[in-house]
Amino acid sequence: MSNTNSLLTIKDLYASVEDKQIIKGLNLDIKPGEVHAIMGPNGAGKSTLGYVLSGRDGYSVDGGSVALAGQDLLEMETEDRARAGLFLAFQYPVEIPGVSNLEFLKASVDAQREARGEEAITSAEFLKEAKIACKQVDLPVSFLKRGVNEGFSGGEKKRNELMQMLLLKPKLCILDETDSGLDIDALQVVAEGVNSQRSADRSFIVVTHYQRLLDYIKPDFVHVLSDGKIVKSGDASLAHELEAQGYAWLQKAPAEDELEG
Amino acid sequence: MTEQIDKALAREYEAGFVSDVESETFLPGLDEDVIRRISGMKNEPEWMLEWRLSAFREWLEMEEPDWAHVDYPKIDFQSISYYSAPKSMKDKPKSLDEVDPELLRTYEKLGIPLIEQQMLAGIAVDAVFDSVSVVTTFRDKLEEAGVIFCPISEAIQKYPELVKKYLGSVVPKKDNYFAALNCAVFTDGSFVYIPKGTRCPMELSTYFRINEQNTGQFERTLIIADEGSHVSYLEGCTAPQRDENQLHAAVVELVALDDAEIKYSTVQNWYPGDEDGKGGIFNFVTKRGICHTNAKISWTQVETGSSVTWKYPSCILKGDNSVGEFYSVALTRGRQQADTGTKMIHLGKNTRSTIISKGISAGKSNNSYRGLVRMNPGAKGARNFTQCDSLLIGDQCGAHTFPYIESRNPSAIIEHEATTSKVSDEQMFLCRQRGLDPEKAVSMIVNGFCKEVFKELPMEFAVEAGKLLEISLEGSVG
Ligand SMILES: Nc1ncnc2c1ncn2[C@@H]1O[C@H](COP(=O)(O)OP(=O)(O)OP(=O)(O)O)[C@@H](O)[C@H]1O
Ligand SMILES: [Mg+2]
Repeated sequence: MSNTNSLLTIKDLYASVEDKQIIKGLNLDIKPGEVHAIMGPNGAGKSTLGYVLSGRDGYSVDGGSVALAGQDLLEMETEDRARAGLFLAFQYPVEIPGVSNLEFLKASVDAQREARGEEAITSAEFLKEAKIACKQVDLPVSFLKRGVNEGFSGGEKKRNELMQMLLLKPKLCILDETDSGLDIDALQVVAEGVNSQRSADRSFIVVTHYQRLLDYIKPDFVHVLSDGKIVKSGDASLAHELEAQGYAWLQKAPAEDELEG
Repeated sequence: MTEQIDKALAREYEAGFVSDVESETFLPGLDEDVIRRISGMKNEPEWMLEWRLSAFREWLEMEEPDWAHVDYPKIDFQSISYYSAPKSMKDKPKSLDEVDPELLRTYEKLGIPLIEQQMLAGIAVDAVFDSVSVVTTFRDKLEEAGVIFCPISEAIQKYPELVKKYLGSVVPKKDNYFAALNCAVFTDGSFVYIPKGTRCPMELSTYFRINEQNTGQFERTLIIADEGSHVSYLEGCTAPQRDENQLHAAVVELVALDDAEIKYSTVQNWYPGDEDGKGGIFNFVTKRGICHTNAKISWTQVETGSSVTWKYPSCILKGDNSVGEFYSVALTRGRQQADTGTKMIHLGKNTRSTIISKGISAGKSNNSYRGLVRMNPGAKGARNFTQCDSLLIGDQCGAHTFPYIESRNPSAIIEHEATTSKVSDEQMFLCRQRGLDPEKAVSMIVNGFCKEVFKELPMEFAVEAGKLLEISLEGSVG
């Protein structure tokens, strides 16, 4: 059903939430190792796409297909998609009071290892890896002991998302505005986090509003998502164009056609 | 999400099996004659029988309480059998090898490998199987320290002065309907005495188990910590699956004399009934402790079982500077109903109490916290802090909070905090997106919610409690 050498193939996807159609005929093909940036106006459906791909409850697929490494993604449970290597860094990370970051992360890593038929990681080994990950995203090690996102600042939450990505080592990382609300240093941290993880068998979808992040990350492709579909794709230079001109010129064009026709 | 929760909760009760130990059981019914027979079976002295009979007469005059936020069919006290004993008790076992292997297997199925785990953990176990104590270990070591830990029936024979002095001293015979009934018909339970200045060398632990059909179980526990002594007592129980409701009305009395400390921990996992609440245990317990000068009593409980729970472990802070604590996790699911909480009665100066209550409701259950903090006129400089948190799983359950505050001393300080939260779809999604299955996700979120209470439990109990919540929540995830 998909190009055999693609990691992710989305074909003519339609999806809705609360009976409201949000994704309206979306196509996207991502090969292993590629970084795709998705930009687009507020409310275009970027976060919705991330949720639909991860299988969040309440988001229903009305048409089309999605394959992850040849597997029918839409048939899989949320947790199975994660175990198959799909990772979503949330635009608005949620708190889980009383559950320590370390406990949460180890449980996640172990669940994924178990799905692969591997033994649970030892606590000592995991702690070592987690400490390294903390350092990479520039969070104090004490954050491992704190409740998941509990009382974290906006920027700390974003770094925490990135730390989870580092430990889970997914195949497909969807970063939903991980750069929003970050100070300049943090932006670099995120960019470095992504760049350090770039490899031939890991792909990224980076949702962002700012071309600035893309200066650091240098995507292979930039797409504009508007009103539920991709209306324009290009290389990294497209981000500069968007920064200069906004999205209006992309949205208006078809509307005028319609008027004339 | 609710659907998944329900599915996970629908899992069959793990401890729902009946072990086949032959039992000698009284026919159902309750009158003075039954009480005389119970007393006779136990070879009790006359004063004990008189005590029981006077309680019974009080009970006959009393009304069953109906103020709790629970709803259950009227109990027919004449349809209950008031005594049952495993047959193999006739010749008392001298060692564990002599214990009915079926009995030991029962404990093992419950994850309580009596021999391996408890002995290795250095815990003396006074196992109450139905109404008679079957196994008592580590007696010698405790004796060396001067600690008395034995069935209360034995204490009545061997230490009548202590029993006479303290039995009913904290919970008076006519304190409440179920307590009065317990006084009349209690069959066994534990007795603990820690001598002056002694630190009990090990955690004392009792596993209760209701096993006979139609048998009301009425334990009686009395713990006396003499001046400057210290003891930690663990109570845990589960019951096999049943069709008829089983009544359980225990009374626990704690006496902490000057400078003494008692830590009483409970993990309660009785059969909660089927999906419709049929067949579960009715648990109407009276637990109360009295603190003398500088003494401390700490109640920690993890309640996951029973179909109806009515339970308020309380502290009377009589002595100056005494301390009362109550840490509670109460989980209800299916059609379980729990009305639980505590009473902190501040009488002495500078007395302090802390109440941390965590209520978790899932399915169609109802979970109520009911707490009384009373500052009497003499409670100068007394303080209470109460934190009462409710967590809802799904949208068909209920959480209720009934705090009662009575302050008759203007220098006393009472603080009360309450929150209600839900296991949110966002939290579930985050967990599942990281690869956790829904059941693991819920149990982790719930465990996090309970953390402040779990850290008060003794180590081995804390692990067990976490596991218990996990098992209890299976099927409740959606
Ligand atoms: N549960 C919901 N019920 C109704 N409408 C919803 C729901 N969730 C999302 N939407 C709508 O779907 C549209 C797309 O939302 P989405 O969050 O995907 O946008 P986005 O492209 O990520 O925007 P932003 O750049 O602001 O993050 C919005 O109009 C939003 O209001
Ligand atoms: Mg968004």
